[in-house]
Amino acid sequence: MKREIPLFLTAVIGAIVLAGFFVPHQFISVPADYFQRCAVIVVAFGYALGGANLVRVNLEGIARRHPDWPYKVVLLVGMLVTLVFGLFVDRAKFQDPGTVSIWIYDNIYVPMNSTMFALLAFFIASAAFRAFRVRTAEAALLAVSALIVMIGRVPLGDAIMAGVFDHPGLPDWVRHLRLEPLQQWIMDWPQNAAKRAILIGAAMGVMATGLRVILGIERSYLGGSD
Amino acid sequence: MPLAVSARRCVLVALAALLLGVWAAPSSAAETAAASGVSAAATSTPTIPPPQPPTGLLYADVPNDAGGAVSLTWETSPDDSAGRGLVDGYFLERALSPGGPWEVVDSVDAGVRAHTDVTVRRNETYFYRVAAFGPGGTTRAGAAAGPAIGRSSWFNLSRVSVLVFLLAFFLLVLYYMYMAQTGRKPFVRRLAGIDAIEEAIGRATEMGRPVLYVPGIQDIDEIQTVAGLVILESVAKMTARYDTPLRVPVSYPIPFTIAQEMVRSGHVDAGRPDAYDPDSVQFVSPEQFAYVAAITGIMLRERPAAHLFFGSFYGESLMLSETGFATGAIQIAATANVHQLPFFVVACDYTLIGEELFAASAYLSGEARLVGGLKGADMLKLAIVAVVIVGCVLETLGIHTLTVWMQTQ
Repeated sequence: MKREIPLFLTAVIGAIVLAGFFVPHQFISVPADYFQRCAVIVVAFGYALGGANLVRVNLEGIARRHPDWPYKVVLLVGMLVTLVFGLFVDRAKFQDPGTVSIWIYDNIYVPMNSTMFALLAFFIASAAFRAFRVRTAEAALLAVSALIVMIGRVPLGDAIMAGVFDHPGLPDWVRHLRLEPLQQWIMDWPQNAAKRAILIGAAMGVMATGLRVILGIERSYLGGSD
Repeated sequence: MPLAVSARRCVLVALAALLLGVWAAPSSAAETAAASGVSAAATSTPTIPPPQPPTGLLYADVPNDAGGAVSLTWETSPDDSAGRGLVDGYFLERALSPGGPWEVVDSVDAGVRAHTDVTVRRNETYFYRVAAFGPGGTTRAGAAAGPAIGRSSWFNLSRVSVLVFLLAFFLLVLYYMYMAQTGRKPFVRRLAGIDAIEEAIGRATEMGRPVLYVPGIQDIDEIQTVAGLVILESVAKMTARYDTPLRVPVSYPIPFTIAQEMVRSGHVDAGRPDAYDPDSVQFVSPEQFAYVAAITGIMLRERPAAHLFFGSFYGESLMLSETGFATGAIQIAATANVHQLPFFVVACDYTLIGEELFAASAYLSGEARLVGGLKGADMLKLAIVAVVIVGCVLETLGIHTLTVWMQTQ
């Protein structure tokens, strides 16, 4: 029964939510919406479990003096301070200007988030350096295409193109060789075709996985054997 | 004495009233005439009349919905023409009975002839009227139309094509699953990325380092997360068999609890329930960059020898895989998020593209029914390719029937 009841619930709720896509009638749409809203309650309990795990793992790390354990102290203190101010001081007004929660959000969370996001620029540079090394014909094609798209889609590219192709002495057919239409063609045709092929395949995979879960063929997510 | 005082006050008040009267009144006959002339000029300015009302109000229940909308169409006011400026727009009024009371439910600009009221309650009777408004005021509303009732449909006819393909897909998958169960297991070509998982875990075992498994950054309502968690069980089974530590940082609480079950299940299936460490699965944070910081911290501190990224990823994909690349770990990634695939291809040793993520559990488990399902999906893909070709030919010939049938709402 430990597995049968969850499997039954999964099948019934999955079938109702799936039917809700095709049947707008209230007999289906109302329970389908209701089940989807119920997920919030389950998620709330999940956060309690997740928070408990976070505290336990980090406390153990501090107690056993794991490498870099002071960072775990910072994490726990930060979590505690945010929780205390949010739950007991700011309470329902925690999103209002002037509250401690908003101060923490604006002055600690946002700068840290932006810093992490900004690092992406360096990661892109290092990855691009490796990706565009021309070793094979395919790699050369990739590098040339990437160069056209990158230069053709930025304002600097427009300025370069204007300086080169707008020269009055150039014949008309040369003017048509600007990068803007070329990069647009690459994005609209080869890129789109490849992307759609991957998306169609992924959609098949999504449907297959959904079907396996609804029919109970894929049941490993329920945990170990009976 | 009091009489003398009151008499003096009366005189003063009378004098003040006389002065005020002289100041306030027109000083001469000419001024009086001017004042009256201004007034006459003001009254002689032609006033802008209210626009004429719109006509021909029609209503209809919006089809293929849950009964929450009524569409309205009308003929615009005869005064509603470009350049005249007599009509600014229309008020849509609604009442529960033809006699009112009327409430304005929405307004639209001049020139607009249709609107859909999406605030109706299912099976409730409504009456509508439309009034034009402009610089001259609001006209009397046109005749009321009704009763309009929003009824829920039993089937969304605009999604028939989706249903046909879905049923075809389900039938094909079930058929090939049945065939596989009866012993005719289809041939499935090997995927280098799947085969490399065991190789990567073996490498980690030899090096005495853990394996890092990242099941994506989305919640359980993302099917890629489900696929990633299903694969986690097979990975946990392998790590349990090799007695290699496994680290699974998870971003959302529900996938966290499922991941714990998966890892425990993998250890049980491998016959090593004693080796299961509940803390091997760790809840981190649903915040994207907090999650990234935690994982990159694990990569740099614990130096796992194998990084497995299986699930849904966004901007963090490159941060994770580039940091992993810098540590020298063997990296295998799988995602159906098309925009992140180039990053994984660049930074990882193996990348499973799109559908291969969903097929991985069948590959790893080797279960006949799951493998049969892959064949069913392939057959539908063949059908889709055929439909795409037929559609291209029909469109080239100017026949749009298939395209129209496949459009959904």
